[in-house]
Amino acid sequence: MAEGIKDKVAIIGMGCTRFGERWDAGAEDLIVEAFKEAIEDAGIEKKEIQAAWFGSCFDEVNVGKAATPLSLTLKLPFLPVTRVENFCATGSEALRGAVYAVASGAYDICLALGSEKLKDTGYGGLPDFSKVLGTRNRLIFPNITAPGGFAMMATRYFAKYGLGPDEGKEVLAMVSAKSHKNGARNPKAHLRKEVSVEKILKAPMIAWPLGLFDCCGVSDGAAAAIVCRADLAKNFRPDPVYVKSMQIALSSGEELMYTDWDGTYVKTAVKCGARAYDEAGIKNPREEISMMEVHDCFSITELVTYEDLGISPRGKAGNDVRDGFFNLDGKIPCQPDGGLKCFGHPIGASGLRMMYEMYKQFQGKAGDRQIKDPKIGLTHNMGGFPAMNLISVNIVGL
Amino acid sequence: MSGIVSYGAYVPKYRIDRKLIYKSMGWLNPATFMPGEKAVANYDEDSVTMAVAAGIDCLSGIERAGVDAVFFATATSPYTERQSAEIIATALDCRADIRTADFTDTLKAGTTAVLSAVDAVKAGSLKKAIVCAADMRIGKAGSAQEEIFGDGAAALLIGEEDVVAEFTGSFSVSYDFVDHWKSTGDRFDQQWEDRFIRDEGYTRFIVEAMKGLEKGCGIKSSELSRVVYPCLYAGDFKKIARVLELSEIQVVAPLLGQVGYTGTADPLMHLVRALEEAKPGDRIAVVGYGTGADALLFEVKDEIEKIRADRRGIGKHLTTRRDLDSYEKMAAFRNLLPTEKGIRGENVAFTALSTLWRNRKEVLGLYGSRCKKCGTPQYPIQRVCVKPDCGAIDEMEPYRFSDRKGTLFTYTGDNLAFSPNPPAIYGIVDFEGGGRFWFDLTDVDLEEVKVDMPVEMSFRKKYWDEKSGIHGYFWKAVPVV
Repeated sequence: MAEGIKDKVAIIGMGCTRFGERWDAGAEDLIVEAFKEAIEDAGIEKKEIQAAWFGSCFDEVNVGKAATPLSLTLKLPFLPVTRVENFCATGSEALRGAVYAVASGAYDICLALGSEKLKDTGYGGLPDFSKVLGTRNRLIFPNITAPGGFAMMATRYFAKYGLGPDEGKEVLAMVSAKSHKNGARNPKAHLRKEVSVEKILKAPMIAWPLGLFDCCGVSDGAAAAIVCRADLAKNFRPDPVYVKSMQIALSSGEELMYTDWDGTYVKTAVKCGARAYDEAGIKNPREEISMMEVHDCFSITELVTYEDLGISPRGKAGNDVRDGFFNLDGKIPCQPDGGLKCFGHPIGASGLRMMYEMYKQFQGKAGDRQIKDPKIGLTHNMGGFPAMNLISVNIVGL
Repeated sequence: MSGIVSYGAYVPKYRIDRKLIYKSMGWLNPATFMPGEKAVANYDEDSVTMAVAAGIDCLSGIERAGVDAVFFATATSPYTERQSAEIIATALDCRADIRTADFTDTLKAGTTAVLSAVDAVKAGSLKKAIVCAADMRIGKAGSAQEEIFGDGAAALLIGEEDVVAEFTGSFSVSYDFVDHWKSTGDRFDQQWEDRFIRDEGYTRFIVEAMKGLEKGCGIKSSELSRVVYPCLYAGDFKKIARVLELSEIQVVAPLLGQVGYTGTADPLMHLVRALEEAKPGDRIAVVGYGTGADALLFEVKDEIEKIRADRRGIGKHLTTRRDLDSYEKMAAFRNLLPTEKGIRGENVAFTALSTLWRNRKEVLGLYGSRCKKCGTPQYPIQRVCVKPDCGAIDEMEPYRFSDRKGTLFTYTGDNLAFSPNPPAIYGIVDFEGGGRFWFDLTDVDLEEVKVDMPVEMSFRKKYWDEKSGIHGYFWKAVPVV
């Protein structure tokens, strides 16, 4: 039986840029901004870093391929640097690479940095998928975008649970309104405005049934983590955050090509969540988890994630939403930093940004979003579409 | 005995009321007004896709592996080099060891292609040949052509067994008669004056071909049950009937007010119309008019009754219609009106033609796999079985999805994706008998789309890469008619 990753690695420093439409900054600027904060926070010098993992997804409109954009920008002294990409979970993959490298004993201190410059395409939304999903898929995939891919899950969810469009959209609107409330309190967030449920419901349709406020921000940004051996962590700071679990699960193709998936949940999330709880030793997530940052690329994603991670019963997440269970003052605050919805979603940085919020919350540095006395934090980072995707679930604690 | 073994047709669902065209463009040329409506191919249709649709109708219940040739007639080929008949043959899932040809450059190419198929079957070179004819001609804004031209397709399977209408003779005349012309690279026809076309061509060649046919076959016009010839001018259409001594009942009424003049497909679509109404023993003459004319004679057989029920033909297509309620939309679909596509719409993704070649059965033929171990159909073609408790490797057999109906598992209407007719509607289809995949939807409005609604597959143009000159064809889901 494998031992797993629990308590072998600690995070000793983190950095995160302001997310947003950073017309002022290229990917290199964002990298430096996140890196500077991370090493200052860790209290280390660049030369102490032994290896690095760089996450960047849409390299076509971003920094280009390979890991050299990181090594060149930061003038890393001939270090081993690896570039990773795994759709929107790219940032979590960078962190996973660094954490596993430390856990293996190969290195003591590693850097994980994710960066994405999305706002150099000339249009809204993510870059056109027909250009980035392979030459075969280009010929046979529908004219799909991210909101459309996720909207199909909302259509199915509404149909299965007999929710009329108004009723279904209202629950989704409440999910987004909650994140806007949190995001408004976050100086680094892309969208810093509270928005009412009424306004959300009246917004223009992006991909039926998802309207504008059901969709997260498309942003530029970078985030970074310095990780080290758990037994060395307290040499650097009194309050390191320990990795309890790091899991990832990828679609096998059965959601899109076989017919037993009902389309109202994310299969990989269920598998990944269960594995992460097992690795972290969590028996009752609804009781044990203190706070979460989940992949709310769209409001429907967040809603079904509550169910996929075993927090809310199947088909009943709406009740928890209405009860304020996931609000900042609820039982399990979700998206305390505003989530993808409001903090924004620079693909390669998002997984690390989620961890940044957990890290700051544990250290009591989350300002007026501070959650009282958190014990266990969970990040859930998703890439792809509900029908074809990957999920990363990371659990951290003290 | 050789002749028509089966027939099929296709009329695009969109119809535009000619009053709308006239209301928008009549100011330019008040004499253009025509009554009725005309069929307008959707933005994702062209002559090739319509030919495939007619071909599928024609081959309903017929083993496609038995087809030895695919002939395609059109005046609106999407490519001047890359044979359309081969795209159609791949979409129809015909064998590779067949004969293919495009018949083009004249509006009588439809009847000429039928004659070539008949000759090859008679000679014993081919057992069965399918002839598809389709056209999607465009007229300049405000032109008479814009009013008269309609879009549509017909298909005839020619063979020597199970013949429903025996070929009994033909007569052709060919002239370099330049009534209209289109040079390489031109988008629009140019034409000489109507009086010349009418008096020197239209009213002469049809009569000449018919007289030759009657003489050659030793038949009098009174012995013909039905006669098909195109209607270019309503008055002269009647005049031809008078000259040929044909009664109103004998002449197959033109579909001008419902479909429009469909070029190379026009005589064959009207022949299909006649066959739908024919009784065994009927003698039907069909004239294809172009640079000269072809006249063909068929005698209807008892077998006609056997195939009628399974075919949509013209009749069912006429009742399956949707209003195209804007002239501007028609103009935009035909690229007569440059529209704002945004950067997302302008930068069309690259097409790897070697990838298309490798996957041609999957892309153009909508082939997937079926696991020989567990029987699960799956799309696209897989080597490892997708069924969770199977997973067999390289135990697959080819499996055709193009003629499978399905239900819509889920859907969305996407305003972010670029579409020439937004929102882009797409969803996931569960096929009868197993298999699931996601597809674009077409010929439907978002308000009509429902979870679990029945859908079928339709061969369409997925994208048009103007810069590379590439038409990307694939299959979309449409509501079951």
